[in-house]
Amino acid sequence: MKTLIKEFTKGITIENPTFGLILGLCPTLAVSTSLINALGMGVAATFVLVGSNTIISLVRRLIPGRIRLPAFIVIIATFVTICELAMKAYLPALDSALGIFVPLIVVNCIILARAEAFASKNKVLPSILDGLGMGVGFTIGLSVIALIREILGAGSIAGIKILPGFEPVAMMILAPGALLTLGLLIGLTNLLRNLRGKPNLSRKGGCC
Amino acid sequence: MDLGKIIAIAISMIFVNNFILSKFLGLCPFLGVSKESKPALSMGAAVIFVMTCSSIMTWLIYNYLLLPFNIGYLRTITFILVIAAFVQFIEMVIRKYSNVLYRSLGIYLPLITTNCAVLGVTILNINNFYSGGKAVKASFIYSTFQAFFAGVGFLVALILMSGIRERLELSDVPESLKGIPIAFIVASLMSLAFMGFSGFSR
Repeated sequence: MKTLIKEFTKGITIENPTFGLILGLCPTLAVSTSLINALGMGVAATFVLVGSNTIISLVRRLIPGRIRLPAFIVIIATFVTICELAMKAYLPALDSALGIFVPLIVVNCIILARAEAFASKNKVLPSILDGLGMGVGFTIGLSVIALIREILGAGSIAGIKILPGFEPVAMMILAPGALLTLGLLIGLTNLLRNLRGKPNLSRKGGCC
Repeated sequence: MDLGKIIAIAISMIFVNNFILSKFLGLCPFLGVSKESKPALSMGAAVIFVMTCSSIMTWLIYNYLLLPFNIGYLRTITFILVIAAFVQFIEMVIRKYSNVLYRSLGIYLPLITTNCAVLGVTILNINNFYSGGKAVKASFIYSTFQAFFAGVGFLVALILMSGIRERLELSDVPESLKGIPIAFIVASLMSLAFMGFSGFSR
């Protein structure tokens, strides 16, 4: 039981996709313009993560090692397509706000990395919890960035004005603001790590 | 086909909607390979090549296979498989026939499969040059040019960044900002500069 809880919480804390593993950056930066978009993207990615982890863990003994990556990609792409069609049907406004980044969940590195590193080696229940934890961690990372950008760039939270006399810094909503916010937040994470005697964060692998 | 439209696509893809600096596609190779200029150049060339070829193939598949059978919703699955297979194929061909080319280009090819810029441009082609599910006139040529110039924009951003990062090695950066954070902050300033081009587009 304890290990199961750990599988869930590690994605939120030490192995947080955004601030621990530094993976999945492209959607993190692109859709964090407002809290609503960030939450929508987070839920979509969590759905794909949980779905693909479940299926991959179920069929992990059936897939030959040499063709495992294409097989994983097909499974992930199936869930992304489900997500895409459902979003188009029920949440058209969110779909047009997220735009091209909904189909691009396929190449989101967190999902393939979890399939390869966890779901293909573990049983179903831990894999589901791992996917759920990673998804929640990704959503939290996205929301933190979105919150900072939306407050500074539009003076609002989730579309509700909170700072009446505040002149918004439009740059924060645009592309430079995203890069700056993420750069400074990773710098802050590094600072906290350095204070505890750990080295700076570094990335492994070359995917997004 | 008209030349004015192609020039507009070129300016839009290289400067206004630069894939890295304003669309956030392909950030990972941008961070990973931008430490020195020479690998950056090779990576950029590989991306241009893969993007253009993938765009041609996916356009043909979408138009002649997916649309006639009304299975347009399989777009994402088909495109990612085509790109992955194509990249693997090119890698094998290069490895067999040219050792020099393999050493300068081949090692970057596996990185490109999961590069969202390649899948991004093929989906963007579908979104831009189709109306109501049908290809607009000359959209094959426009799609190909759009993919090519998106690759050029990627190359431009990569080379600029690598030049800056070579100098950054010598400068005095605070310990906790070293590595990834300072690369993001530099990219942010570059992106701010590139916003100056946004007046070009209508």
